[in-house]
Amino acid sequence: MLLLIEQVLNGLQFGVMLFLMAAGLTLVFGVMGLINLAHGSLYMIGAFAAAAVAGATGSFLLALAASLAAAAAAGALIEVAVIRRLYDRDHLDQVLATFALILIFSEGTRWAFGSFPLYLDIPAWLSGPVSLPGGIEYSRYRLAIIGVGLAVALGLYLLITRTRLGIRIRAGEADREMIAALGIDISRLYTLVFALGAALAGLAGAMVGAIQSVQVGMGEPVLILAFVVIVIGGIGSVKGALVGAILVGLTDTLGGYLLPIAFGQVMEASSATAIGSALASMLIYILMAVVLILRPTGLYGARA
Amino acid sequence: MNKLVCAALAVSLTAMAPVAALADGHGGVKVGMITTLSGGGAGLGIDVRDGFMLAIAQSGRDDIEVVIEDDQRKPDIAVQLADKMIQSEKVDIMTGIIWSNLAMAVVPSAVAQGKFYLSPNAGPSALAGAQCNPLYFNVAWQNDNLHEAAGAYAKSAGYANSFILAPNYPAGQDALTGYKRMYDGDLAGEVFTQLGQTDYAAEIAQIRNSGADSVYFFLPGGMGISFLKQYADSGVDIPVVGPAFSFDQGILQAVGDAALGVKNTSQWSKDLDNAANAAFVESFQAEYGRLPSLYASQGFDTANLMLSALETASPSDQEAFRAALMAADFDSVRGDFAFASNQHPIQNIYVREVVREGDVLTNKLVGVALEDHGNVFIDDCKM
Repeated sequence: MLLLIEQVLNGLQFGVMLFLMAAGLTLVFGVMGLINLAHGSLYMIGAFAAAAVAGATGSFLLALAASLAAAAAAGALIEVAVIRRLYDRDHLDQVLATFALILIFSEGTRWAFGSFPLYLDIPAWLSGPVSLPGGIEYSRYRLAIIGVGLAVALGLYLLITRTRLGIRIRAGEADREMIAALGIDISRLYTLVFALGAALAGLAGAMVGAIQSVQVGMGEPVLILAFVVIVIGGIGSVKGALVGAILVGLTDTLGGYLLPIAFGQVMEASSATAIGSALASMLIYILMAVVLILRPTGLYGARA
Repeated sequence: MNKLVCAALAVSLTAMAPVAALADGHGGVKVGMITTLSGGGAGLGIDVRDGFMLAIAQSGRDDIEVVIEDDQRKPDIAVQLADKMIQSEKVDIMTGIIWSNLAMAVVPSAVAQGKFYLSPNAGPSALAGAQCNPLYFNVAWQNDNLHEAAGAYAKSAGYANSFILAPNYPAGQDALTGYKRMYDGDLAGEVFTQLGQTDYAAEIAQIRNSGADSVYFFLPGGMGISFLKQYADSGVDIPVVGPAFSFDQGILQAVGDAALGVKNTSQWSKDLDNAANAAFVESFQAEYGRLPSLYASQGFDTANLMLSALETASPSDQEAFRAALMAADFDSVRGDFAFASNQHPIQNIYVREVVREGDVLTNKLVGVALEDHGNVFIDDCKM
């Protein structure tokens, strides 16, 4: 039972991480109608910036700030230099151009930082386990990730529903010609939204980098999951991204834990492990297929 | 999407100009090296290449041309590069592949076309057993070897209840099989993770609750870094054993103190006490400004084996060159080195411990896990 609660926490933490990636991706897709494959590269940039700053200053908070700044700057730069030319093109052109950006960023990062993984560790004040009520030992850092992710979700919600920028974002999503006609500088708005999404990806990269490895190509596996999340949640919906991310996180973690046990009831242990793990890795894609059959626009998708 | 892949391929192929080390052209030997120089696994290929080229440079021979290409860790690209090397570059000897799935895609067809293949890393069981070939030599190890050594070490250390985990792919399954071959205690748990998985919270929670007295894991590259950092942070203090792949010089600094004290098994260590190794470690550091990894030692040995055979025979005389390779008449940085009848190494496999030297994490020898160890596929190999 304790193990199950711990696994639920793990699933929640994984989901919250995915949300940070998916929120930016879904905003960019929803507001600008752009498929950005290079979102994973922004995640990587955040992690490398954090590792470089943490290595130079020893401060984890400075490292997080650097990851936000570096990813936002990189995001704004590619929006102005490349992405801006793609809004009127079809999705294939966007995929091609942003795929090229992945290659450029990956090789550029290797050129700047070398081929070996970088070191980024959890700060001392967040390391080690903490005892939760009920006798559960759980990683302090993972709890912090859950906290930061939920705070970001709340902040995004307030930003979109309560501020003028939020009104513009929603208006841009609904009708981009009309808000341009009303005198809003739409290209500045787009740059801003893109940089915001990039900063969230960078933050995710830095926080995950501290417990995983900071290396070239770290963003692509997460990018695929983030796409699954926004398809499940409904493209363009931040609320959908949150629900979808947590759904995917829980499904993946609990599936990997429970399926081998379930198969173990009916078959021999080692084949149960093999079949259970194989099926568990398919589970989120099965979840996506089921959601798409029941609700073709995703859980909170507005547009057909 | 297909267009995209084609375009990306075209761009990457044109961008990769072959790196030719030395060219002579008349009567020289041409070596084709296909290895991983970009993407997540590039550190391994770069180390193999640097070790190999260091040995070539030290030999002082200017009649050996090495053509180096990047397979990007993709089997399809490795196959294309191999075709190009065999058909248009007309190489005599091939080497370099890191990953077993790429080796399985390239090696059988290369040896079928009459090329020698010297593996500096990958040692899949098929190539040691049923598909062994007179032209194929493995200079590193058979894939199971380091895992068998870990099992033997666990047994000798008195562990009786191991929790074991590896990614769910052929080399991962071989790893756990290899461990279990030499270990005879109980298993507290056996878990297959996803290949490329980066979050091990769920597995660590299972380890915590399993009642195990030891953990054995095979998670190469970034997977191992993630696992060790998260394991250290979880507060679980069950001792960990692993093969050297998760503790090589290239990634130890990224793991940090989380790796300190961990026992790992390797056929090489930088403090192995022999003259060839001392000279290798020193010259590698002088040339590249970093400590060599076991991959670099394998590249270095592969080149030296080839150079020793070239002293007495030419690859154009296959029988003689094969006999010269089989003699393994070179000073291996591992000390004693010989080939078993299926042309895979017979060698000691050591236990190392991760220690801190100054501000660098590295390994030091603490014992021998298996002496003069060959492999279990010798009988399956009919040559």
